[in-house]
Amino acid sequence: MRDLKNLYRQIIMDHYKNPRHKGLTSEEGYIKEHIKNPSCGDDITIQSKIEDNTVKDIRHEGTGCSICCSSASVLATLLKDKSVAEAQTFTRNYINMITNQSYDKNFDFEDAIAYQGVKDFPARTKCATIAWLAFEQTLKKQVK
Amino acid sequence: MLKANIKNDFPVFQNNDLVYLDSAASALTPKPVIEALKEYYTDYSVNVHRGVYRLSYQATKKYEEARQTIADHIGATFAETIFTRGASSALNLVASSYGMSNLKPGDEIIVSELEHHSHLLPWQQVAKKTGAKLVFVPLTKAGRITVENFKKVLNDHTKMVALTHVSNVMGYQTPIEEIIRLAHEKNALVSVDAAQSVPHQSVDVKAMDCDFLSFSGHKMCGPTGIGVLYGKKALLDAMEPIEFGGDMNDYVDKQTAHFKDTPYKFETGTPPIAQALGLAEAFRYLDAIGFDDIKAHEKALLNKTIEALNNIEGVVVYNPSAETAIIAFNLNDVHPHDAVSFFDEDQIALRAGHHCAQTVIQFLGVPATLRAAFYIYNTEADVERFIKNVKEAIAFFKAAGF
Repeated sequence: MRDLKNLYRQIIMDHYKNPRHKGLTSEEGYIKEHIKNPSCGDDITIQSKIEDNTVKDIRHEGTGCSICCSSASVLATLLKDKSVAEAQTFTRNYINMITNQSYDKNFDFEDAIAYQGVKDFPARTKCATIAWLAFEQTLKKQVK
Repeated sequence: MLKANIKNDFPVFQNNDLVYLDSAASALTPKPVIEALKEYYTDYSVNVHRGVYRLSYQATKKYEEARQTIADHIGATFAETIFTRGASSALNLVASSYGMSNLKPGDEIIVSELEHHSHLLPWQQVAKKTGAKLVFVPLTKAGRITVENFKKVLNDHTKMVALTHVSNVMGYQTPIEEIIRLAHEKNALVSVDAAQSVPHQSVDVKAMDCDFLSFSGHKMCGPTGIGVLYGKKALLDAMEPIEFGGDMNDYVDKQTAHFKDTPYKFETGTPPIAQALGLAEAFRYLDAIGFDDIKAHEKALLNKTIEALNNIEGVVVYNPSAETAIIAFNLNDVHPHDAVSFFDEDQIALRAGHHCAQTVIQFLGVPATLRAAFYIYNTEADVERFIKNVKEAIAFFKAAGF
């Protein structure tokens, strides 16, 4: 059996086919980060809005594979309304889990756990992390 | 017909049940080339052009013999065969040296959307710095460069034509000889990116009458880290070096230096010695197989693959009329990066992305494509396994909800 079957789990396909929080806004108070993966053409823009030390909103737009696009939707769904500190911890743990670096094994990744299989596809880790890296940059830009 | 056991020449197949379809990026390395590299590091392993001792003399002799072998294979002379880091460096050398010094506002440079980034970006820079204008050959609907369309952009302002011989995404062969003839009528020079042609067909620079021609070692079973720039002697004589330092000069004082003649004035620093020996060996290896047979072999695999793909629902092929064995395609509704992982599971190596040629991808109007490129070691069994996986991939992604 192909390992790939384990990769394309229902959560990933659901967010790929029905992305949440998709589309950028021109409203004020959003910080934007655009990341391109030049090797495959993934192209993601993340906007986040931080107020009262809380992630009030996350928007995303771009093109890419199912892993890339769905992960942007999952990110926006999970981290909205979390505190900045929670969002930062979540993001770092997620990126480290995917890229085989040390992370908190007891961390509750909620639906994002669907992406843990990506670490077995080293050529695809960029796809699963590009939106999260962009989000992390938006946090860095506004949280000093 | 190629010999049936050609895969045995390539050690990488010993430990991998691999269907390698990414030869347009890099070809695999056969034993004789590996042996040539090993011979250098084992038997000489010293610098060239410097030592007065016997071993250095021997290394220098081997290195320069390699240059002559390569020159002979492309119909060039020794002085016209410059070693570079790869095709990219060779193409850049033409733009940085000839382009930057000779182009001026009002001049036009003809390029195409089929160019690899390494043949587009250097001329973008020349245009930016010199004020010359970058002009694109309009592609046909199928994405081809034709003589007819070339004539539409060729005019008295054209000073440089920089075109690919074979597109690395579409596999189309440019009618380069006729284009060169027309360009020369307007006194324009032509730089040919032959990275995708020299590995697969016999190329004679004198018959082609190109002014510059560039290719890489690693796409033709040779080592990485070496490429070749051919240039007409008179042009090279008049061109300035773009890198300065050891080995490229013959006299240096505090304020000035005098440079060696071509090819040496373009080759500062310790050259890719082992790589030159390896590349010469790659030419001998391919020549022994024979370029007519290589072409016929690739064409047969291409035809078989295209015919099979045409009978599968859910695949789009962007270049069904390509004359060389490069297929740009996608599975309907499946991003190429998703698809490529499926093939990878069965050790089928495909390329997914924009293939360092974003203007082609923009022309096609898709985010990216898959690419299958065939070479001497591919077999009919490879085609069958590839086609089987295409069918399985379509079913798999459909079931997954794509």
